[in-house]
Amino acid sequence: MRALLAMAALRRHGARTLLAVLGVAVAAAMLLCMVMLSAGLRESFRELLLSRGFQLRLSPRGTLPFDTEATITGASEIARVLRTLPDVTVVSAVLGGQLHLERGDASVTSFALGVNPAAQGDYELLSGRDALAPDAMVVNDEFLQATGAHVGDTLQVAAGYNPQLRSYSGERRLVVSGRARFLYLAAGQSAAALRIGTLQAMTGRARNDEASLFMVRLREGADVEAVRRWIQQHVPRVDAISTAEAMQRVDERLSYFRQLGFILGAVSLIVGFLLVTTLVTVSVNERVGEIAVMRAMGISRIHVVQQILLEGLAISLAGAVIGLGLGLVTARYLNSILSAFPGLPAAIDFFLFQPRSAWTALGLLVIVGIAAGLYPSWRAATLPIATALHEEAVA
Amino acid sequence: MTLLLGAHNLRRDYELGRGGEVVHAVRGVSLEVERGDYLAIVGPSGSGKSSLLNLLGAIDTPDEGELTIAGRRIENMSDRELTDFRLRNIGFVFQRFYLLPVLTARENVELPMAEAGVSRADRRARASELLRYVGLERRERHRPTQLSGGEQQRVAIARALANRPALLLADEPTGELDARTGEEIIALFERLNADGTTLIVVTHDEGLASAARRAVHMKDGAIVHQEVSRVRAGNDDTGAVPSQE
Repeated sequence: MRALLAMAALRRHGARTLLAVLGVAVAAAMLLCMVMLSAGLRESFRELLLSRGFQLRLSPRGTLPFDTEATITGASEIARVLRTLPDVTVVSAVLGGQLHLERGDASVTSFALGVNPAAQGDYELLSGRDALAPDAMVVNDEFLQATGAHVGDTLQVAAGYNPQLRSYSGERRLVVSGRARFLYLAAGQSAAALRIGTLQAMTGRARNDEASLFMVRLREGADVEAVRRWIQQHVPRVDAISTAEAMQRVDERLSYFRQLGFILGAVSLIVGFLLVTTLVTVSVNERVGEIAVMRAMGISRIHVVQQILLEGLAISLAGAVIGLGLGLVTARYLNSILSAFPGLPAAIDFFLFQPRSAWTALGLLVIVGIAAGLYPSWRAATLPIATALHEEAVA
Repeated sequence: MTLLLGAHNLRRDYELGRGGEVVHAVRGVSLEVERGDYLAIVGPSGSGKSSLLNLLGAIDTPDEGELTIAGRRIENMSDRELTDFRLRNIGFVFQRFYLLPVLTARENVELPMAEAGVSRADRRARASELLRYVGLERRERHRPTQLSGGEQQRVAIARALANRPALLLADEPTGELDARTGEEIIALFERLNADGTTLIVVTHDEGLASAARRAVHMKDGAIVHQEVSRVRAGNDDTGAVPSQE
């Protein structure tokens, strides 16, 4: 009967209730977006780092991976030493650089990765063959678009541009052997991957056997931190960063987003709370006579409270259900805008949907719905019956 | 006949605003009502009739005095005890009906029974029986807005009877009705009383007051005069009873 009364009370002013539900839905959508934002970027980054199974990354001392143009010399020797460790299963040296192509009157510059194709963790081959041969390279769609080339074409490419001499340190004819998706590149960035030896030779980094980064995969169950400490101790030229540590640094850098998400989420909750509590309070004020009569008839205070709380909860739940759908659509749209954020991998999602996010948002809205009904329900339950009836009669 | 309600020296003061003038709404009223009685409380506006009815109905508590209904002392009960007491012992009929507009006539009648824990089947049967009693068996599924004023008041009376109360209180039950509809309600009250319901009615309506077995006249918060209705007493004289004050 209480649920029936609560629902009937909401239906009595259907348009008003609908508007309130829509208001709560907007607040719920914003809340979901903020919950997704606060966890999404971090989770997305973690998934990306672990996607190829490498648990450790070694960068030049004092730098983060690809933060600067600094390199690690003696790459082959370091790789050999690392492979002697019983917990290490794969070591992948990576060298970063740039490739330049002349296409008609235009010059195309592309990011280049020198890798060991058999043990790389930077790209996924989509079609064609991997860059196993010394004169082969795999490229992404942006590269093909920028150069007008196709898989199978041979291109004249240069690397190691010296701006003072206006010359390149190396030029080669390379065959586009395959098409790939690069995991860590920003949206719209063209890229090519070729053997590390080839890129070293073209950029003049072969003499010192340089690499920008090592990625290290460990056997399952290995103590990542112990291996990291060993490397840090025995290979002084590098900083070894585990995925957990990288996540910690990401957390530090992205704390701004979490704070923003927290503040905007809290604001949306407060707006939802005020909306529901205002509507239910107005509804109670309109029904003072009815409530006083119910109390006179012997309806208990707790049942009056329950009925009013149900009204607030029903508005919040209806708003939450609509808002969750609206939030997902909004998050997808915002994600498409923010994924073009400069310097961040395109594979990173700012708004990552996880069931936990939806449950968190729903749980918060339920709490807000109940809290929003507390004041009007207390007011209804504590009405002085005789006075309320007298005032109603006079009115 | 046995005593159903005994009020002794009831007093109720109201303060008009914080620190404002104090209104002595009920001043030392003593009253006894026996089971099966039909009492009308009459008097000019502001004489304290409704305030006294609120006290007798346990929806307000006296500042002084003692009140016993159905053998239970009222003035010291907690809010929870009072609420439960009203649910099971007292029925209310108000001038403005106060039916819940979102419920049908039958659901309105069922409401106090649902609160009292009566099973759905039993309360449905009882609600139908009561609506038949007040002549609204064909209006069970109608909402209050689809009923006339007289019909709404009859639904309100059926609702007041739902939990078989020992005492039925009515505050100006014909106040919002035209003369003819008012007479129907007066007739219904007479029938209720004849069937054993104890009634206390506050009214300006002379017809309603004269239908009662006896009437008490109030002025300035006090009972100034009691009389036995000539019609119900079965003789031509008004058997005036001196005020207890």
